[in-house]
Amino acid sequence: MSQPAEEHAHAHDDHGHDHDHGDTGAHGHHEDGFIKKYLWSVDHKMIAKQYLFTGMAMGLIGGFFSYAFRMQMAYPGHNVPGFGVVSPNEYNQLITNHGTIMIFWLAMPVLIAAFGNFLIPLMLGCDDMVFPRINRLSYQIFLLSAIVLIASWFVPGGGFGGAWTAYPPLSAKSQYNLTPLGSTMWVIAVALEFVAFLLGGINFVTTAMNSRAPGMKMFDIPMVVWMIVIASILFMASVGPLVAGAVMLVFDQQLGTGFFDPVRGGDPILWQHLFWFFGHPEVYVVLLPAVGIVAEIITVFSRKKLFAYKTVLYTAFGTAVLSFFVWAHHQFIAGIDPRMANVFTATTVLISIPIAEMMFVYVATLYGGSITLTTPMLWALGFIGEFIIGGVTGIFLGSSGSDIYFHDTYFVLAHFHYTFVPIAVIAVFAATTYWFPKMFGTMMNETLGKIHFWGTVIPFNGIFIPLFITGMGGDHRRIYNYANFPEQWTPHLIQMREFATVSLLVLIAFQGIFFINFFYSMFKGKPAGNNPWNANTLEWQTVSPPPHGNFAELPNCYRGPYEYSVPGREEDFWPQNEVG
Amino acid sequence: MSENILTFPRRLPRQQVAPNAVIGVLIFIATEIMMFAGFVSAFTITRAAYNTWPPIGQPRLPAGATLINTSALIASGIMMHFAARAWQRDPALARRPTLIALVLGLFFVCFQGAEWVRLIHEGLTLTSSNHGAFFYLIIGMHGLHASAAILALGIVYLKMAGRGVSEPAFRATRFFWYFVVAVWPVLYLRVYL
Ligand code: HEM
Ligand SMILES: [Cu+2]
Repeated sequence: MSQPAEEHAHAHDDHGHDHDHGDTGAHGHHEDGFIKKYLWSVDHKMIAKQYLFTGMAMGLIGGFFSYAFRMQMAYPGHNVPGFGVVSPNEYNQLITNHGTIMIFWLAMPVLIAAFGNFLIPLMLGCDDMVFPRINRLSYQIFLLSAIVLIASWFVPGGGFGGAWTAYPPLSAKSQYNLTPLGSTMWVIAVALEFVAFLLGGINFVTTAMNSRAPGMKMFDIPMVVWMIVIASILFMASVGPLVAGAVMLVFDQQLGTGFFDPVRGGDPILWQHLFWFFGHPEVYVVLLPAVGIVAEIITVFSRKKLFAYKTVLYTAFGTAVLSFFVWAHHQFIAGIDPRMANVFTATTVLISIPIAEMMFVYVATLYGGSITLTTPMLWALGFIGEFIIGGVTGIFLGSSGSDIYFHDTYFVLAHFHYTFVPIAVIAVFAATTYWFPKMFGTMMNETLGKIHFWGTVIPFNGIFIPLFITGMGGDHRRIYNYANFPEQWTPHLIQMREFATVSLLVLIAFQGIFFINFFYSMFKGKPAGNNPWNANTLEWQTVSPPPHGNFAELPNCYRGPYEYSVPGREEDFWPQNEVG
Repeated sequence: MSENILTFPRRLPRQQVAPNAVIGVLIFIATEIMMFAGFVSAFTITRAAYNTWPPIGQPRLPAGATLINTSALIASGIMMHFAARAWQRDPALARRPTLIALVLGLFFVCFQGAEWVRLIHEGLTLTSSNHGAFFYLIIGMHGLHASAAILALGIVYLKMAGRGVSEPAFRATRFFWYFVVAVWPVLYLRVYL
């Protein structure tokens, strides 16, 4: 079915609501009031910024929590400046909410919602998402979810402390978790957040299917758009069983059912299956957008075509499918049939192959390119280097034989931080520094950017390399005070814990530079122009920041996104919308 | 260079795979199917651990009476299909079959409600056993979806009678109703038998 472009641009919402753009007439020719512009906007770029700022604010809270409990790890029982003495219960609440925030309120909203919203319509050359009002609703529900989560820390009993995986019976029974309200509010907050991303995901996928610039074929779509779309599909396909489990958990908490209560014929392991059936695909939900972001950046700053575009794409699809068949590697110890453990060992080791392959593809893209080490490029390279460590250590955990020793130690913790920090921190900074000029119309300061890069990446390794060591030394996760375990209270392990904590303090201190750079550049940075990086993709072919409606005239697309250094051309780039 | 990009010699047509609303609703349905799959597998696993089902002292579910109800729901789905065929000849013709489908759907939900009242009297409650808990959870979840879909059908019907309704909106609602109808036999076979 095809429609002329003009008609399409105004026929976004087939549900028959009168459409926002239709109401306000021509794009960009009118002034919205403050509320309409900043809080009630249907413009995808504004919604993207709302997600970005909310996500960053939540990230700061999550970071503060890690500061408080890391101090307790290194100096148990001491007063933590700015927090006070951490009680055992508070310790559990801090780690639980830290993990939850970093995954659901930082990685997902920033990588998928913020950059997905910002980039998809711009990179596809259309004026907005296909369902702009659903998009606005998505952010509003997301904001509500954040408010519910924050509110849960202040109700009687305090916030939930049963770990971000919320295993019953601890999470189900208030006589164990001591947070009769906090634990339910935590589930509700997460559920609301899922609704927000479901609405967002429907928008992303539909927009990518229906609103591409005329002429933009499947393999002309920039990799980051593909990755966000695949991640959205993966999220939506895996979240259903967890929602089912979440409903059952709330019933157990509040209505007195016994779904997960073994005494009453329920099964606590059942929750673990429902959780990890979602939980493992979820790690790829956040990984894939990050991988896409890196693809955009390394091609621009090595002035080369992405090596093996189709292979990367098929690999992403393959990984997404395979990620549904690995979840039980989180239960090698919880008690699954050893024959099943073998199957899941095999699938888990298998899934590291496509990820490794993507990393090789990126190295091949860099090979022979004319590389410029701008700040975004440093972050992108940092992602590749650090993520490899996370992937390689995953193999030891995926093999059920060695995982029997590593399970639930700090080795696991260091493993997944070597995957999640590159994703939720390094790739987010890569994307922010790379698209900042388009978002705000000004350039960020390169010197401050580079100081911030090194000040983040070096302490990051300083935190987690020691934790691999303490993990191998037997440090179990989720322990309040190692002084109570004489065999773990050795000078060597104590030093390692302190080293990690001090590194964290250094890392936090360097984030100040980022915020100074960010806000200073937003208001005082030098103007960026349309296309400061000489990139090909469509978002750079309009003004910065793009007006409501994005393009003065919606572009056509004539070629793939990575035509850099094409022989015989004067310029070393070739925008997707340039004729001939 | 890149500053003069805003003029083009001609506009190429923009391709739509299917109307936006239809794609949106199909994605939503896929998510819902996964959620019901989660409920049903949780139920299957739990039930497998019992020697007898229903657990001792718990009433059997009214499988026979519900069969009547099931046929009402399926008939409603078939009616919706007729509505779609009628729409192709003339959108106005689709109104009657839509109304019939709507009424059959309402019958289904009310019948379910009456059954619930009886079962509660017989001692099957949310907390009486996992049997009761799963029954009310899964069947209730379906009832919730059925009610929401009936509401949507009602709105579509009223719009048909008034200003008219767009084809994609009609199709999207129809698809959601098909989903509600199609998961039911699966739930019936798993939970009632
Ligand atoms: C390269 C392939 C990967 C393999 C083979 C792998 C393997 C594993 C295994 C086997 C565990 C369970 C260890 C245990 O609990 O004993 C685990 C834990 C974990 N992994 Fe990975 N992983 C990989 C990639 C990733 C990625 C990409 C992410 C995140 C983006 C990630 C995040 C996590 C998290 C969060 C946990 C800990 C969950 C908890 O709290 O218990 N992993 N990984
Ligand atoms: Cu996993």
